[in-house]
Formats: sequence, structure tokens, C-alpha cells
Amino acid sequence: MTESLVSRIKPVLGLDNKWWWDQAAEGVLAIQRCQSCQSLRHPPRPMCDQCQSQEWDFISASGKGTVCSFTVLHHPKFPGYDYPLIIVLVELAEGTRITSQLTDCEPNDVDFDMPVEMVMQRDADGFQLPYFRPSH
Amino acid sequence: MTINVSGEAAIAGVANTEFSKNSGVSELELASVAVRDAIADAGLKPSDVDGMTTFTLDNTDEIEIARAVGIGDLSFYSRVPHGGGAATGLVHQAVMAVATGMAEVVVCYRALNGRSGHRYSSGVAGPLLTSDAIHWGWYTPYGLMTPASWVAMYTQRYMHLAENVQDAMFEIAHVQREYAAKNPAAFFYERPFDRSDYDASRPIVSPFKMLDCCMETDGGSAVVVTTAERAKDLKHPAVIVKGVAQAAAADMESMTSFYRPEIARIPSMDIAAKMAYEQSGLCADDIDAAVIYDAFTPIVLWQLESWGFCDLLEAPKFVLDGAMRSDGRLPTNTHGGQLSEAYIHGVNGIVEATRLVRGQSVNQPAKKVNNVLVTSGVGVPTGGALLGRPD
Repeated sequence: MTESLVSRIKPVLGLDNKWWWDQAAEGVLAIQRCQSCQSLRHPPRPMCDQCQSQEWDFISASGKGTVCSFTVLHHPKFPGYDYPLIIVLVELAEGTRITSQLTDCEPNDVDFDMPVEMVMQRDADGFQLPYFRPSH
Repeated sequence: MTINVSGEAAIAGVANTEFSKNSGVSELELASVAVRDAIADAGLKPSDVDGMTTFTLDNTDEIEIARAVGIGDLSFYSRVPHGGGAATGLVHQAVMAVATGMAEVVVCYRALNGRSGHRYSSGVAGPLLTSDAIHWGWYTPYGLMTPASWVAMYTQRYMHLAENVQDAMFEIAHVQREYAAKNPAAFFYERPFDRSDYDASRPIVSPFKMLDCCMETDGGSAVVVTTAERAKDLKHPAVIVKGVAQAAAADMESMTSFYRPEIARIPSMDIAAKMAYEQSGLCADDIDAAVIYDAFTPIVLWQLESWGFCDLLEAPKFVLDGAMRSDGRLPTNTHGGQLSEAYIHGVNGIVEATRLVRGQSVNQPAKKVNNVLVTSGVGVPTGGALLGRPD
């Protein structure tokens, strides 16, 4: 785990998403799974769009993936974030995508299809969320 | 039974307020001025109006404007969600109202102190526990919380697949500024820029420079829609609504539809285009000019592809061939657009599209303009309208 002093905007927590952030707090990158047809989905939703089942559980993702798209943020600069800030859309090995931050990488080095792996970020206030870094 | 609304309704009046960075007046006053002036432009009286429609984002209730302007009894009112995606959605509502007899004269309006009041560049954050707030919660913790940054994610992907995208982005920004420089109502009137200014403009989010991004504006715009029959006898030649459609394609998130198989395109606009073309019987070859929603330069490219002016990933070439210029295939955003005239959430674009059909644009192309496309904001559920001269 890496430490930093940021104080970021926290997600509002409700019945449809709190479980996922609870898993992140435990160090797990969760992917919601339909218990009826086994399809995976992210971001989480209370119903399966394939079979309309409301029954679901989740799997712990491998954390491996590739960069599907990205942007480097320069302006405006919000308090609690470090700029330039690299945002990546990661296609996970399991097939779902997640939007996250790329760390341990220079802005000019990020590229499409680049292999990345999850590293759980722990803020100074104890809040945890998955980041990604280049994998070798 | 299917009812085709094509040709049933017309735009009879349009108006903008002055555009500024600090209006010094309330949003109610801006809205009232735009509505009053659009009614007058139509040659109608406030008491002729019996319907009103606006954005869910608009802060001013229609009944407050109706009281201020002296509009009488209302029999139709509605609001369209999804930010700038609502722009031509207002016309969509108004057309259905007048085509079905629910109302005869509907005013579409949008007014905002978008610079001196709430600024959209300040992003999204808030404590409300709604499905929308939970949706933003997948992005705000990472710092992805402004419209520019969301659109940049699609843009980078598009740049990975298409060629000459940054040059095309410059061309869009530059052509529109050239138009604005000749438009006295535009914020950037008489303030052109060149490639070196563009290249030197500050980075916002890769690949956007400041000059790829729209403004924040104080101002208002309004459009009067009535039946094609009634529009015949009014002040200006009727501008017929030949097609109008809204669409939210499958697997839609507000601004962050990053989970579709390919994100470098706009499936919602593909649907709207197909519907509007079917209603009108028109095709891309019939469209003479366009007002294409331009919160950021690359979104113009994807919409040109959606409306069939070029093939997928070919829009940069289309634009770089000079298509958007006054003597080009499709003179586009001739008012300067939201990059360089004003950002009134696309409703100033409906005003300009109407003027292009009337032959009244300050940058009216030399060729005859029979049919004009105008679109709503994208990334959100969106839409578009085909306006034209009577057949």
C-alpha cells in the first residue's frame, strides 16, 4: 500500500454501491456477478441487464488489465488531487472496465493496450480505492 | 397508428439576449427578455402563447416568466433532462404539443448566468443520495469531474483510431472563431486567433487546449414554435420542422458511457439521425448547412459521422477539406458556436439554424440554404432537428 496526504471527494454511499467500497476498504477490487446467469458487471447495478435477476454476488478481480483509454488532467486543479493527474479506463482481464487513476507512470508514457495492475491506494484518512500502475 | 410530425410545426420566432460574462441581472430577467423578444420576432403577442418548455437544469420556472412577460393561460409545459442534450429536445416537445393540439404556440427557452453564477467547469459534487449521485461517485474520487475530462476519455480513444484528429480540432476551433470574429453578437467578435495561438493555449485535459473548449456565458435564448398553418401568416417566412428526434442508446451513463464495446462514437446520435431522416424523407445530401453542438471541438467530428456526412473515423478528413467553411460542403456553426459566440446550452444554435434557413445569418453562405441540421449536446442522451423551407 502507498500513503499520501490527499483528501479527495468521497463517493456518496447507498444500497447499490456501499458494498463495493466496503470491499475496497478490505483491499479487494470487486466485480459484481449475477447469480443467475453468472455475467459480470461494473459499475454495480441492482439488476442484471442480461437476465433481469436481482440476485448477485461478486468476485475478487485479479487486478490485471490493459489501458482502453486515458486522459491527463491539468486544469482546473481541485484540492486533494495531484496534477498532472492521469485517468485511465482499464479493461480488466475478467472483461469488465473500470475508471481509475494511473500511478507510477509519467504522463507521456501512458499508452493504449498498456498492461497495468491494481494497487490499492490508502489515503491519510484511511480511505481506500483501487489505483493502477504499469505492470512488467 | 403512427403519426409523422414532419411538416406539422414551424419555428416562427427566435431571440438571444446580449451575451456576457456578468449580466448583472437575474436569470428570470434574462429568460423573460429572450422569451419576450422571440414572441415579438414571430409577430405574436405574449397572450398568444399557451405552452412553454425548458431544461430541467434551468433555474427559472415557466410560470414566473409567464407572469413577468404577460403570457396568459398555459395548457402545456414540460422540461427535458440531460443538460445540453435537451437543446433540440425543447423543439421535440413543442412540435408534439402543437401537432397534437395540446397547445398552439410554445416558447422554448434557456437562460443562465453561466459565468457569474454556477459554472459547469466547477464539476459535480454533492451529498444527495440519488442514482445519479452514486454514478458520479465512480469518477469524482479519482478527480474525473468536469465535462472536459469526461469527453477527453472518448477523444483519446478516437485519436487512437482515426488520423489527423488534432489538426481537425484546430480547424473546427479556427473556422468557428473566424465566423465569430464577424458576428457582432459573439463574445469573440473581432478577436481571431491563429495556429500558433492555438498551439500555445493552455492545456486543460489531454488532448484539449483551452481553445478546444466552449465558454461559460451569461445569457438567454428563446424559440417560438407553432403550427405550420399559423406560421404562414406571421412576420417571417416559416421555418418548418421537418424532422426532430431524441435518443438515449443502450448502456448509457450521463457523460461516462465508457462500457460500450467501442467508445469512440455516439450511438445515441446515430439513432436520432436515423429517426429524423426517416421522418423528413431527407438524407445527408439534402442538408446545406449545420449547427452542431460544440461544447468541445471533437464532438463535432463524431456528430458529422452520426448524420452521415462522412464515414466512421473520416470526419477529420471531411473537416480538413474545408467542409465547415462558408464556401464548403457544409457551412457549420456560422454564428461562432459555443466555442466562440456564446454557451447557451445549444439553444442559441437553434436560433442560428433558424436564421440560416431564413437567410439572416450574419455569416450567411452564398449558396441557397434549404435545409439545416441542428443538434443537442452529446455524451448525454441527445437529439437533433432538421429545419427547412416549406416544400
